[in-house]
This record gives sequence, structure tokens and C-alpha cells, in this order.
Amino acid sequence: MASPMRIRAAAKDGVTEVRVLMSHVMETGQRKDSSGAVIPAHFITELTAKHNDRLVLAAEFGPSVSTNPYLAFKFAGGAKGDKLVVSWVDNKGDSRSDEVQIA
Amino acid sequence: MKKLFLALPLALGLSGASADELQTRVEQMMLDSFKANGIAGLDRQKQDAVQKACSGLTPPDAETMKKLEAAEMATIKWPTDGNFTGGDWKEGQKIAASGRGLTWTDKTADNNGGGCYNCHAMDPKEVSEGTIGPSLEGYGKLRGSSEEVVKYTWGKLWNSKAYNACSDMPRNGYGGILTETQIRHVMAYLFDPASPVNQ
Amino acid sequence: MRRQLLFTALGAAIALTSPLAGAAGDELNFDAYREMLADGNPAELLEMEGEELWRTARGPKNATLEQCDLGRGPGVVEGAAAQLPRYFADTDKVQDLESRLMHCMEAQQGIPSAEIINGQFLKGERGKLAALVAYVVTHSKGKPIAIDLSHPRVKEMYDMGERAFRYRTGAMDFACSSCHSQDGKRIRATQLPNITKPEGAAEGWSSWPAYRVSNSQFWTMQHRLWDCFRQQRTAEPVFASDVTIALSVFMAGKGNGAEARWPGVKR
Repeated sequence: MASPMRIRAAAKDGVTEVRVLMSHVMETGQRKDSSGAVIPAHFITELTAKHNDRLVLAAEFGPSVSTNPYLAFKFAGGAKGDKLVVSWVDNKGDSRSDEVQIA
Repeated sequence: MKKLFLALPLALGLSGASADELQTRVEQMMLDSFKANGIAGLDRQKQDAVQKACSGLTPPDAETMKKLEAAEMATIKWPTDGNFTGGDWKEGQKIAASGRGLTWTDKTADNNGGGCYNCHAMDPKEVSEGTIGPSLEGYGKLRGSSEEVVKYTWGKLWNSKAYNACSDMPRNGYGGILTETQIRHVMAYLFDPASPVNQ
Repeated sequence: MRRQLLFTALGAAIALTSPLAGAAGDELNFDAYREMLADGNPAELLEMEGEELWRTARGPKNATLEQCDLGRGPGVVEGAAAQLPRYFADTDKVQDLESRLMHCMEAQQGIPSAEIINGQFLKGERGKLAALVAYVVTHSKGKPIAIDLSHPRVKEMYDMGERAFRYRTGAMDFACSSCHSQDGKRIRATQLPNITKPEGAAEGWSSWPAYRVSNSQFWTMQHRLWDCFRQQRTAEPVFASDVTIALSVFMAGKGNGAEARWPGVKR
């Protein structure tokens, strides 16, 4: 199972700033190991963020994104105590969903 | 009076012994804290005369330095054909840029880099260059190629300690870091008018 | 709308994948780049893993590390790393954070130290130990480094470390001092702290352990020293051996009073 994300979300003047740190190898599928064998591609393909049940961000990820990706974004709305859920799915079908309360 | 006279050398002797004892323990630690791995054997943890003399807070006195340098000078292998030229600056450039070789993750002791750029500026166009050693930009253009300069450069590349016993520079030839052919290429990189170093 | 958001997401990712983007390349100054990274230091992922490991019952004895004494009493993590290395009466040794955690893992959880000493960095129990390091050091962030050099055993290690620092050996005649005893020097584009001065020693000691963006790895101080010796072309230093502790005491002791910035983030 994938490791948890670290999510920070803070609301100020009607705008919520979200910062997400994901734990993922993000293998491109282009690298070789020391014996010359190709390391299979393994990367996040889709990410979503929901404020309560409202979709506020949908992003397509690919092999060009770094290991342990960091993502920051802002959305209009959100208040202290609201629920924010960030979820991702990778090309091997693994997924992870973490929830925080907006500070 | 007599008593005092005796006590003084004794006290001095004791403090000297304690510094020596610390040194002995450090030497033992530098052996015991390491293990052999691949081409990096435990023999690397034992100091030779130059390494030992140059590990103090201050360098040894002038006379000791001279003696050490003379011994290192005697190890320099001059070109077998008496000719310092004949290298290819393009090969020299690769050797100067490569910092590989001789670590415990390297499989063989062959085809090492010279690691020149780790410490020296050489090609004025290269920005990723170290500053521990002096800049060698325009080396041949500035110094010319008199026999004296060329011979000194070969000697310095082969065994830097022959000219300064406590130099920070590795002993490329004497230490088996670079082969005679590789040193010839580095010479070309430094002296060839077509080399980027002299542009 | 979707396109706009996708662009934002990729922009954030590009900052991590292209080391020179946004940095003043000509100046060889990576400070601005490091600042950008510090906000999302992936070492935090290790810290979370380490906190979990600290509280999880593991090993043959199925115990947690919550009774581990890092020098400030059993279970006290707050401020502990800033005072390490220190002398521990129970082991009669001067220990750094890593050798102390290794001791706790053996004493409390029954995980043999040999498994860690003979292991590899980033793998197995030594990899787990690194996560514990990330957790413990985070609780000393902002604290002044305070090594007790008045303790004779600690002072003795400091003196040994000072000599080891200048001990030239190996295939290239290098010592730590070959690269770290002058101000403002570089190897290639890497700036080298002058560890013979308090400011330089503090810079070295207070910025590791760190997450290295170039290889996506979290490196502890033991790992950092091990790689310094590899580049010096010595034989391989043994994990948590005396030379690593002595050099750590020397560096930390000389840097006393400076603020710990753990965990760091590096190129």
C-alpha cells in the first residue's frame, strides 16, 4: 500500500491554499538498473482534490513529474474546519486518498 | 633546587607522551573504523611518509619538506621516449572532466579520471569548475612551452609532492591514478594551442 | 478550467525535475532554488514514517521505541538531537543519534545492531533507522546545537575527531581538511564549508540530515560522512564506527550555539 500524503490547507480571505507532498517513486520507464534491465514505469496518472464533495482540482500526471511530487494550488472558497480530500491513482492501479481539515 | 630541576623535564615528558598516545589511538582508529571493499583495501588506511608529515596543524619544517620532496622527485617517471608531446587534447579534456575512479564502487583500477575540474579552472567556457587549486586557464598560452615549463608540468602531474610535499593535489602517476598515456593527453590539453584551455 | 489547473500542477512539478530552472546559473548560486524547495521538503514524508516507526511495536521483542532514552530521559524526543552526540553511561560510549537509535532498537526491540552495521544505506533496518532520524531531528529544528564538551569522554572524541579530520590517507592523499579548511572554496559547483571555523562547522552539522533532490534520497549524517570517505578514496568506513562519531563530535562541538535547520534539503 502507498504511503500517506502530507497535506496542508489554509483558508484566508475566501481563498484556500493547499500544499500536498506525495510519496511516490514516479519511475519513468526509461531508466535501467545496474544489470541493464529496464525499470518498469510506475507513476501517478490522475490526481483530484475535493473540497467537501466539490471537485476543485483534477490533474493529469505523467512520467516527467519528479519522485515524491510536491503540488501547491489555490481555490476560491473553503473555510476553517471544512474537509479537503486529495486522491491519486497510478498506472499500476494503486491509489491513495488522504483527508485533512482546512486550517 | 635539585628536586625542582628534576621535576621539570618529567612534566614535559609526560605531556609529550600523552600527545603521542592520542596520535597512536587516532592511527589505530583510522584502521579499526574501516573495512576493505572491492579495490579499496585496508592498505589505504596506512599513511606513507608524506601523508603522515602533512597531517598536522602546521606543515613540517623547511628541512623536512626538502627531504620529503627529494624522495618524491625520485619517483617521477619521465617520458620513456624523452618526448613530452604527442597527446591528444580531446582525450585530455575527457580525463580532466572525469572525476571517476578508485572508489570502492569502481570495479577496476583502470580508466580513471584525472578529476582536474574538481579543483581547477581550465577551459574559460566551463562554469562548473572548482577553486581549491589555482586557475589553469590559458596554461600553455601564458607560460609558453620551454623545456623547463613542460618538464615541470609533467613532473607536477606525475607527483605533485615533489614540488610541495604537502600539496593538496593527488600524485597521479606515482599513485597509479593516471597512466603515462593519459598524462600525455592531459599535457596536450594544457599546452596544445588548439586546446580550449588556450583559447 | 481543467487546462488551467493542469498547467498549475505541471508548473509545480517542473520546479522539482529541472534543477537549474529559476536559479541564477551564472552565479552558481542555488539559494533561491533551495528556498523554493524548502516549502515542500520531501524529508517530511520520512519524518511521518519515522514517527509511525517510533510508536509501532516491532522486532523480536514486539516493543515500541517510546522508552528509548536519547539523553533527555526515556521517550523524550523534543530537543534531543541538538544535544547529540553525548556520553551515555548505560553503554559507556559517546553516541550520535544514529548509534543511539541503533542501541535502542537492539535493547528494546531486539533488532540486532549487526543487521544495521552490515546493511546498506536506504535499505532494510538501516533505512528504517534513517526515517527515525528524520522524525527525531525535526523535533530539534530551530534549537541551538549544544554539545557538552566539558565531559572528558566527549572532549576526548573531539580531539580524536580533530586529528581524524586532518588525517591524510588513501589513494589520493586526501583528508577532510583537503577540501574543508579554507573559506569560499568549491569542488565543481559545490560550495564547501570551512569546518575549521565555527560558522563552517555549524553549516555542515546543522544542514544534514537532508533530502537530496538530485537523487530523491534522504541522507543521514552517517550516510554523508560515508560518501565523503568514498570520494576521498579511503577504504569503507564502518557504520557508526569511532571515526564517524569522532568527526561528528568535532563538527557539532565546533558548531555549538548555531541553530539546527534539520532536516535540510539539498541539490
